[in-house]
Amino acid sequence: MSQDLYTQIVNSPPGGFIAKRVGLPQPTTLDRYRPGQPLVSGTVLVGAAPGGRLAGAIAATLAAANAEVATTLDADLRSAAADAGLDASVFNPEAGGDRRFKALVFDATGISDSTELVELQKFFHPSVRKVQSSGRVVVLGTPPEDTKTPREHTAQRALEGFTRSLGKEIGKGSTVQLVYVAPGAEDLIGSTLRFFVSPKSAYVSGQVARVSAGLPVPADIDWEKPLAGKTALVTGASRGIGEAIIETLARDGANVVGLDIPQLGEDLKKVTDRLDGEAIELDITSDDAPKVIADFFKGRGVDIVVHNAGVTRDRTLAKMPEDRWQSVLDINLSSEERINDALLKAKAINAGGRIIGVSSMAGIAGNRGQTNYATSKAGVIGMVQSMAPVLAKSDITINAVAPGFIETQMTAAMPIAVREPGRRLNSMNQGGLPIDVAETIAWFASSGSTGLTGNVVRVCGQMLLGA
Amino acid sequence: MTPSVRRVAVIGGNRIPFARSNGPYAHASNSDMLAAALDGLIERYNLQGEKIGEMAAGAVLKHPRDRDLTREVVLGSKLAPETPAFDVQQACGTGLEAVILIANKIALGQIDSGIAGGVDTTSDAPLALNDDLREILLDANRTPDTAGRLKLLTRLRPGMVVPAIPANEEPRTGLSMGEHCAIMASEWGITREAQDALTIRSHDHLAAAYDRGWQDDLMTSYLGLERDQNLRPGSTLEKLGKLKPVFGGPEGTMTAANSTPLSDGASTVLLASEEWAKARNLPILAYITESQTAAVDFVHKREGLLMAPAYAMPTMLDRAGLTLQDFDVYEIHEAFAAQVLCTLAAWEDPVFCKERLGRDKPLGSIDTEKMNINGGSLAAGHPFAATGGRIVAGLAKELSDRGSGRGVISICAAAGQGVVAILESAGGAK
Repeated sequence: MSQDLYTQIVNSPPGGFIAKRVGLPQPTTLDRYRPGQPLVSGTVLVGAAPGGRLAGAIAATLAAANAEVATTLDADLRSAAADAGLDASVFNPEAGGDRRFKALVFDATGISDSTELVELQKFFHPSVRKVQSSGRVVVLGTPPEDTKTPREHTAQRALEGFTRSLGKEIGKGSTVQLVYVAPGAEDLIGSTLRFFVSPKSAYVSGQVARVSAGLPVPADIDWEKPLAGKTALVTGASRGIGEAIIETLARDGANVVGLDIPQLGEDLKKVTDRLDGEAIELDITSDDAPKVIADFFKGRGVDIVVHNAGVTRDRTLAKMPEDRWQSVLDINLSSEERINDALLKAKAINAGGRIIGVSSMAGIAGNRGQTNYATSKAGVIGMVQSMAPVLAKSDITINAVAPGFIETQMTAAMPIAVREPGRRLNSMNQGGLPIDVAETIAWFASSGSTGLTGNVVRVCGQMLLGA
Repeated sequence: MTPSVRRVAVIGGNRIPFARSNGPYAHASNSDMLAAALDGLIERYNLQGEKIGEMAAGAVLKHPRDRDLTREVVLGSKLAPETPAFDVQQACGTGLEAVILIANKIALGQIDSGIAGGVDTTSDAPLALNDDLREILLDANRTPDTAGRLKLLTRLRPGMVVPAIPANEEPRTGLSMGEHCAIMASEWGITREAQDALTIRSHDHLAAAYDRGWQDDLMTSYLGLERDQNLRPGSTLEKLGKLKPVFGGPEGTMTAANSTPLSDGASTVLLASEEWAKARNLPILAYITESQTAAVDFVHKREGLLMAPAYAMPTMLDRAGLTLQDFDVYEIHEAFAAQVLCTLAAWEDPVFCKERLGRDKPLGSIDTEKMNINGGSLAAGHPFAATGGRIVAGLAKELSDRGSGRGVISICAAAGQGVVAILESAGGAK
């Protein structure tokens, strides 16, 4: 699925001219990742509030990624860059010059009092205008609950208001994220920083991710193939977002197993054959489904489980019969819980495993006519939150994505009056693509994402609805 | 057999005041100016009829007719006509490189005395025949018959009357030296204010040196000029702040004040073995003890065009067993105030020193109160090849005045090159 027609038109010279004059939204053609291309196609500018603790980890990540980097004139950052083998230039906003940056990374962990939040203004005020289109802004902080004083807690919590607002005003297809890094988890930020500075996070903005203590990142990780040697199960893999997910996990090196209902068996086979994967034709709501899946992986184990299969059966509640309600809840939530339990009971999920759910904007903000669907998708969030501490004991992580308006056959079939506001009412002025959801899932799945659990990250272009 | 190495003495120098382009020296040629500087040197040190071991000098902008410019100047001077000479060219490093070449011959015992110099004019610039026209004329020369030659004439076009004008730009990047330096200034975070402050200091120090008569035995007036024409002491940050940037776009920090202007001038330095100096009862101001050149890849690796001295310096320091802080005087050529500040920033920067120089620790900072204490190129002007001689003679005199101590010179050059050298006072390094 490529760009929508409107985006194509306004990105043509005459279309852009008219849109500008009339004041129509002008969505940027978003950069998207292609294998083999550099992580960042431009310079990453790194800044820090005094006293931060992430300079070393940021420098190490960007050095390993061969990124072109500039830093502010900060002694800690310069030393950290030197130690990491990062040949970074200097950026001093008072020194002039036509500098442009593809990404801005700011270590805000040194901010321990609200009066120090001015460091955000000092760094971003002169640099934000120098961000190129499809630019990336990442602010790193300390989780408020892990701070030492109430003042620090307050200041760190305040960062969220900054990133969410900057996301809404930065424009040009640029994204802004906040990453809370727990003390002790500094060395685990690699996969997250890489994802958020790269075009892989094209349609993710205004999000808050938390990196907490976890297993060490494998020293020999191949960032081009971070799933090499891993086995991944993707439900609902025959088409749409599921197909993009299984393709992306295969691209990242995973041995993939696709699952879909027998009616879609032929489509599924085409996908898994193309990816040298295996196919399971199964209705996940059937009584024996958990056992069939657990038996399939028994002994060989599975590393990544992506619960993507889902349906909608929309009706306002007044017109909602029980079967309509129940089928949605069963497919979208209850079956996932049963499959998880069966896999865990059979010890079929390997240590270092990943469970990834697919929630929805409806599950966060609610949606008219979707009480059943939104309930199931909010339940997925609940599942992530409830299971994260349980699974941590087995070194398994659980996270979820919450897609907003994604261009699929389903959204193409919507009436225009519903489709267009859904598409445009976000910071990107356009819908996302299935690959955007898939890249976010691949980030959670990465062997480097040991410090990510209990996260729900929206892939919605920072939709105006929902917190 | 390894030749023994002798100490090389700096006896003194002489230069003409530097003029701004198309100023008082507009009609003076390179050979006129170099001859004037050399005549003054001969007079000061009684070298009339003296057979000097060898003279080396050069110019960056040079007419094709100035083949063996230096030898021709020697022949026109009062030196013995048996004094051999050769030309050198290494962009703005020419003058210091000429000093090093002569010093090395003296050190090796190949010669006992030598003169190094440099000259440049941006006024009397060499204009060449239009390249297309040149080819037609050469073809005509190669064509034996008249009919063939007439046929060639049909290739002539009116545009061919426009001559080839020497451009102040790097052939491989198409950027001027100033534009290159503006990129460096931005990448090293050098502010306008810091550049302007350095500029004011340069003018004030040079003016003070003139006022106390310090320059008297370093100069010979020429064509009515007694001081460097570019010198403008007593400026302020406020005044310089009003100038528009000339490099680096509208947000640039480099102006006509904190960049050296195109200039005309010449300089010479007399070098010798200790024995030669003693035999003639000539003073020894200082010794040249070390030197180094380096070059950077500004084309593919995108190192700053004028950053080569930052590389040459640590190589030289390591060989000399010295640190950057072991000097009493620093002479860092002010091609642009930003170039000086970028060089200092690089030596202080852990990233540059580790990633580019491969050193565990930064070279560190210097006491800038010890830098360019008698003014620099921003005030004096910068006739490319003449700058090295001006600096060597001035530093030698300063070290002699102090009675002891050690000084270091750093000169950046076009095409990504740099030359550095160490001088020690005749009274010892302390």
